[in-house]
Amino acid sequence: MEKTVNQKAWFLVLPVLVLVAFSAIIPLMTVVNYSVQDSFGQNQFFWAGLVWFEDLLHSERMWDALGRQLFFSGAILAIEVPLGVFVALNMPKKGLWASVCLVLMSLPLLIPWNVVGTIWQVFARTDIGLLGYTLDSLGINYNYTQNAAHAWITIIVMDVWHWTSLVALLAYAGLQSIPNAYYQAARIDQASRWAVFRYIELPKMMGVLMIAILLRFMDSFMIYTEPFVVTGGGPGNATTLLSIDLVKMALGQFDLGNAAAFSIMYFLVILAISWVFYTVMVNLDKRDTK
Amino acid sequence: MAWMAWTLPTALFFVVIASLLVVFTILAIKFPETPRRGVLGIETTRGDRLFITLLGSAFINLAWMGVIGPELQPYALIVCLVYAAAVFRFV
Repeated sequence: MEKTVNQKAWFLVLPVLVLVAFSAIIPLMTVVNYSVQDSFGQNQFFWAGLVWFEDLLHSERMWDALGRQLFFSGAILAIEVPLGVFVALNMPKKGLWASVCLVLMSLPLLIPWNVVGTIWQVFARTDIGLLGYTLDSLGINYNYTQNAAHAWITIIVMDVWHWTSLVALLAYAGLQSIPNAYYQAARIDQASRWAVFRYIELPKMMGVLMIAILLRFMDSFMIYTEPFVVTGGGPGNATTLLSIDLVKMALGQFDLGNAAAFSIMYFLVILAISWVFYTVMVNLDKRDTK
Repeated sequence: MAWMAWTLPTALFFVVIASLLVVFTILAIKFPETPRRGVLGIETTRGDRLFITLLGSAFINLAWMGVIGPELQPYALIVCLVYAAAVFRFV
């Protein structure tokens, strides 16, 4: 017979719950309160009902921003995950170079978001930036401030530069944990390089890869600083991702009700997708331990 | 608490969610259970099913408002109840 779950252990997380209540739950409750009211400042509120939610559901601006956001997250995941795994597979397994690689890989992760934005903003300028100037000299009419496609390529390449190492480091950790016996068995069977990757390395990496995908998804879905510094959401609205739009709405226009409804939907989407990832992760773990 | 801009409906909303959590916590302690595997193919406890119900209900309400309109919004709760019953029975 299977053991029943002892739910009393949950009381041990009470202290965390109190902290999270102050940093997240109470602010979120306030946002819910804002979402059904209208405000003209000075903390005066008027009941508005579900008007903001209705507005939002029929707002082209929100759906466009959501579409751009999903495209952004999808694009960077499609690049960073395979690239990170590829880098991890080709990193030295031990010795001096392994340490050198690890340090080099972690460098981009240590740079604050707005600094990354500033670096790329300068790097991509055609008058003084190395990348922009080089592209310009090669005869490519590159201009990320006026061409939407160029702006998109710039922010995607920037994110890949900033975060691929996270995926690579996690995948590397997964690879290091594979016992040598697996590789020896593969050699005895004369398995091809692809077979070793497909049937040994990939399944063993699956757990950490799911964590990498979950982290990268959540982070990219909430991204604000880097694209804001580089493109400011432009040209036009071409790179206005959800959070940039939200800040414009809440702080630029001071539409608290609208912005609160927007935040709740944003939160629900993140919660739903994260739950799916989390469930898949936990079930992979259970399958592995069986 | 004035800075939180409370209204009666939102207060009721949170009271309902908080009491659901309390009830399910008490249930989980009084009647320990074995996680079971349902139509989704994942192991769920009562708490998991409550989470799936609440999250799904939020989306049901939004979809209802977008497709049918906010005039008939209370009826969306009926759909949510049916959905909740289905989740607790089959998931």
